[in-house]
Amino acid sequence: MTRYIVGRVTQAVIVLWAAFTLTFAILYLLPSDPMQLQLAAAGVQEDSLNAEQLAAMQHKFGLDQSIWAQYWHHLAGVVHGDFGTSLSQQIPVSELIGQRIGQTLLLSVTAAVVSLVAGSALAYVATFVRWNPLRIFLSRLPALGASFPQFFVALFLIQFFSFKLGWFPATGTQGAASLIMPVVTISVLTSSVLAQVLIKSFDQTLRQPYIVTARAKGLSRSAVHLRHAFRNAALPAMTILGVIVGLTVTSSIVVETVFTREGVGRLAQESVLSQDVPVVLAVVTIAAAVFVLVNLVVDLLYPLFDPRITHTRVKAPAFVEGVTQ
Amino acid sequence: MSLDFAQDVQVDAPPPVEEVPSRGANLRANLRQLARKPVFLIAVLYVFFVVVSAFWPKLFTSAGPYDTHPETAMLSPRLGHLFGTDLYGRDLWTRVLYGSPLTIKATLIALAIAIVAGLTLGVVSGFFAGFTDAFLMRVVDVLLAIPGLLLALSIVTALGYGTIPVAVAVGVGIVPGFARTTRSEVLRVKTLPYVEAARAGGASWGRVLWRHILPNSWGPVAVLAVLDAGVAIIAIASLSFLGFGAAPPAAEWGTLIADGRNYLVTSWWLSLLPGLFVALLVLSLNHISKTLQELTR
Repeated sequence: MTRYIVGRVTQAVIVLWAAFTLTFAILYLLPSDPMQLQLAAAGVQEDSLNAEQLAAMQHKFGLDQSIWAQYWHHLAGVVHGDFGTSLSQQIPVSELIGQRIGQTLLLSVTAAVVSLVAGSALAYVATFVRWNPLRIFLSRLPALGASFPQFFVALFLIQFFSFKLGWFPATGTQGAASLIMPVVTISVLTSSVLAQVLIKSFDQTLRQPYIVTARAKGLSRSAVHLRHAFRNAALPAMTILGVIVGLTVTSSIVVETVFTREGVGRLAQESVLSQDVPVVLAVVTIAAAVFVLVNLVVDLLYPLFDPRITHTRVKAPAFVEGVTQ
Repeated sequence: MSLDFAQDVQVDAPPPVEEVPSRGANLRANLRQLARKPVFLIAVLYVFFVVVSAFWPKLFTSAGPYDTHPETAMLSPRLGHLFGTDLYGRDLWTRVLYGSPLTIKATLIALAIAIVAGLTLGVVSGFFAGFTDAFLMRVVDVLLAIPGLLLALSIVTALGYGTIPVAVAVGVGIVPGFARTTRSEVLRVKTLPYVEAARAGGASWGRVLWRHILPNSWGPVAVLAVLDAGVAIIAIASLSFLGFGAAPPAAEWGTLIADGRNYLVTSWWLSLLPGLFVALLVLSLNHISKTLQELTR
């Protein structure tokens, strides 16, 4: 068991380090002229500087050092929670993110909880009802929910519930009412993803012999569905918790932009627009850390729910691919 | 949504024992089965319509995308202006159709990147196994650890804006899915008796790979490609919605929707109708992929 835990934790750290390195490589090696990129972000024209000023700027951004030195500098900083200074706003990135992360955390956590409840409920009902048309309709619903682009869902909600009915504010971060539509927008996607996995898992579980046994010994259908089927069907779905959380985090980029909320997602959008490289690097690293951490927690908790898992070699968690947009 | 463990379950299942009909007969039977699904046909027709209208927009509209008619600005949807008109009196339907080639081009580039890189990674990984496999799959794990849209955002930051950088960014984001699916298919096919027979018959590994493994493992990859076309369209539209797409006045779908957002209070059609156009396309692609998946099972 100790070996299992140590192995998982080591793997998580390595993946996180590699994710940081990859992002660093994309941001610092891909641009043909990183100097120009960073000057543009700082709002300075490269042509307007003389050679001396250019050298001073280069020194300021650390671009006069070798790429390795820059890499070690950034890596050491990240380990200590220092992500450098924002190029466009001239304040420490950690401060910038610190101001905004509360809003995003609130949004993401609420959305994750709502989608867990909604997704499980949908899967539960979709596999429990007997009337076939309703059953088919409910089990097709997740595919529908996962197909709508989030900006479309968000705009539709704004148009309908803010402008037509006037129930919720269309923008802003004031009060609980402003949280409802962003949470719904994210949950439409994430609960659909969860429900799809759960329904599939339910269908497989309900075909198991122990379900027949439970029914044969006289348990009611609802008791079997809840106590026997649901608990076993939910196990494989646990592995996509990381994906669900990852989705709620990335969804915040589009959702915060549409609903004009002051969060890290909108910070990411603004930073890409102003090509503020240190901020982008920080946001991507933090998002990857959240994803890796959730997967690590799931991996560590999984054996508690399913003791078989430590006896066999554990596979990497199954990811819902392609939908992590 | 493809799930790895679901595929692994299929991998473990014994190969179905049945008489294998010729490929032609199989295809005909499948086509007959598909023709009997009306929703599937509608989905195919819609995708077909979008592609045709992207290449020959003049078939479906007589106006130009940049023709301004100030006297007919901000019209609501009506006959003659299916999607209404914008602030400058430009016909929105026309602008959506002329925006299609940009988004479709980006989608095709993204898919090409994903298929070429994903297939190569997957085949190499599944075929050579051992250390190569372990190493490549860890690389895929790392790619998966960075949420797709954020990976795309960092690539866009580095490469700049425009249709091509967005396409590259989205393409790289869906490589891992292809790599994993291809790998599990190659692993499955590699153990089948006819591969052994071909080897025993003296065929080289290269020939076995090219003639036997690849043709028999591309099915699920093709289904995934259709599904990921929908995913790529959402991602590309999202990125251009966020403001990283083609420069104005050219307008991708996402840009049109973002522009229309400013007039949501008074003219909902400016953003919601193009949004619906995109949503229906993604829905159609997802449905096609799902139907094909059920068919190949």
